[in-house]
Parts: sequence; C-alpha cells; structure tokens
Amino acid sequence: MNVGIVIVSHSSKVAEGTADMVRQMVGDDVPLAWCGGNAEGGLGTDVGAIMQAIDRAWSDAGVAVLVDLGGAETNSEMAVEMIGAPRAERIVICNAPIVEGAVMAATEASGGASLDAVVATAHELSPV
Amino acid sequence: MAGIQVKALVTAVADTIAAHAEELTALDQAIGDGDHGLNMKRGFEAVRADLPALADKPLPEALKAIGTKLVMTVGGASGPLFGTLFMALGKELPPEPDRVSLAAALARAIEAVAARGKSQAGQKTMLDVLFPLQAAVAAGTSPAGIADAADAAAEATRPIRAIRGRASFLGDRSIGHVDAGARSTALITRAVVETLEKSA
Repeated sequence: MNVGIVIVSHSSKVAEGTADMVRQMVGDDVPLAWCGGNAEGGLGTDVGAIMQAIDRAWSDAGVAVLVDLGGAETNSEMAVEMIGAPRAERIVICNAPIVEGAVMAATEASGGASLDAVVATAHELSPV
Repeated sequence: MAGIQVKALVTAVADTIAAHAEELTALDQAIGDGDHGLNMKRGFEAVRADLPALADKPLPEALKAIGTKLVMTVGGASGPLFGTLFMALGKELPPEPDRVSLAAALARAIEAVAARGKSQAGQKTMLDVLFPLQAAVAAGTSPAGIADAADAAAEATRPIRAIRGRASFLGDRSIGHVDAGARSTALITRAVVETLEKSA
C-alpha cells in the first residue's frame, strides 16, 4: 500500500486546489485527503478536521502531512498527538512548501516509496 | 477539589472571556488575524456547555477534558496552545493540589505550551504571562498579587517585537500593541484566582 498524503491549508480552496493538482499528477494511486478552513468555514485550521483527513488518507505505510502557515503546523501536530500511538508514529508533518511538497511527495509515494523516502523528497524542497 | 469549584471556575473564566471578547479581538486585529476574542469565546462557551459532565470529574480529569474541548473548538493556533496548557495541567496536577504541587505542575505545563508553540519567553506570546505567573505562584505571592503580576506581564508585551505567530509577519509594526494571547492568559488568571479566593 502506498503512503498517504494529507493537505492542510488555512484555506479550503488552497487545500482543494492542491489536491486537484496532486490527483492530476498521480491519479488515484495514492490515498489523498485535504482539509482547510476553520469550523465556521472561515480561514483557519481545525484539529478535528485534520484528524478526519488523516483517517481518510490512512495507509499502513504511513501518512505525510503538508501544511501551509504556522497554525496549520501547530494544529497538525496536535492532531497527530491526539490520534496517539501506534498510528502517530507513522504520521510525519513535512517541512516543505504545501503545493510543491504535496505534488513531489505524492509522486514519490505513487512509486511505492517508504514514508521516510516520501518525507525526504518533500524536505528537499525546503531552503536549508 | 469539589465539583462545585470546577463549575465556579469554568463559569468565571467563560464569563471573563465573553466580557472581553471584543477587546481581545481588537488586540488581535492590530497585530494578528483578528479572531482571537471570538475563537476563545467559542471555546470557553463550549466548555461551559459541557459543565454537567465536567462538574462530576476530579480536577485533573476535568482539566484534561477542558483542554481537549479547547483544542477542538477554539481553532487557530490558540486552540492547541491553550488546550495544551489545560491538558498538561490536568496530567501534572494531583487531585488535591497545594501550592507546591500547583507550581510544579504549572512549570511542566508551561514547558508543554512552549514546546507546542516552538517558542520561549520574550517573544510576545502567552508565555510572557505564564512564566511570571508560575514564578508568582512558586514564590508564595498572595492571590491578588498573582493576578496583578499576570496583568503587568501582559502589559509588558506591548513594547516587544513579535517573532512568533502571525504578529511576527509585521516585524517592528508589532511593537506598541499588547499580545492578545498574553491578555487572555492574564484574564483567565484573574478569574481563577478570584474564584479560588472566594471559595477559600
């Protein structure tokens, strides 16, 4: 089973659009889920929604999470903590630009790469 | 701590957040994204709505449940940060805390918040109130003195240049405004202290 990809943006449009780009690149070979916006439909991120997105994209090979601004990262870390062991050990929040990171990580994942390899591919996009 | 105190504490905190929601939002509009007051109010109203279930729990369990509720309802970056504070306090506090165990639990809970926010003191955040608050508790300061110390610490975030959170995007323009999270933390502190004093 291929590694899953989760996209977490403050904006549902950014998250959905990023997911569209990933789908066009890799088709349906990769479990993919996105969430964006707060519980009221405004800009923001929502821990409960992130937990559900991770569930939807769940793969026993692991899940790579791509985030945009700081709050998305903090909320994603909280979501991973609340999901707890043993699944939490197979979820990694990537330090990468959200669009490029999601596309590159998904491309890597579609070839059956391990979670470590998928994350490493996304991290190569970050300025050192 | 009896259920009645959990109820009194939650009510006092939710009341003060609701009463100051507009002020908190105005602070956040100056240097953040302008939703702090509304977010905090939504979170603590959700906690208030849970009171029937919360009031029967031992204090540590009630705090953990409050933290989880805040994580799920406040949103933004404040949800995980305030949620972590309450969840960690619940994890660290004994069922019948005294001042020594409270000071120790606060210290560890504040470390958890700092780790969650990847932040430290002096960066114009809620931590700038939490550290002096913990020091006042540990030093045996009077209840009124603890609340005053928290207020003074929140005010002292005004001249700081933000380097964490969304306010950091503003750089020097963040100078001259009190941090909204620091102000919330001081408001919560005063509500808790005054409630405990009344029931003592």
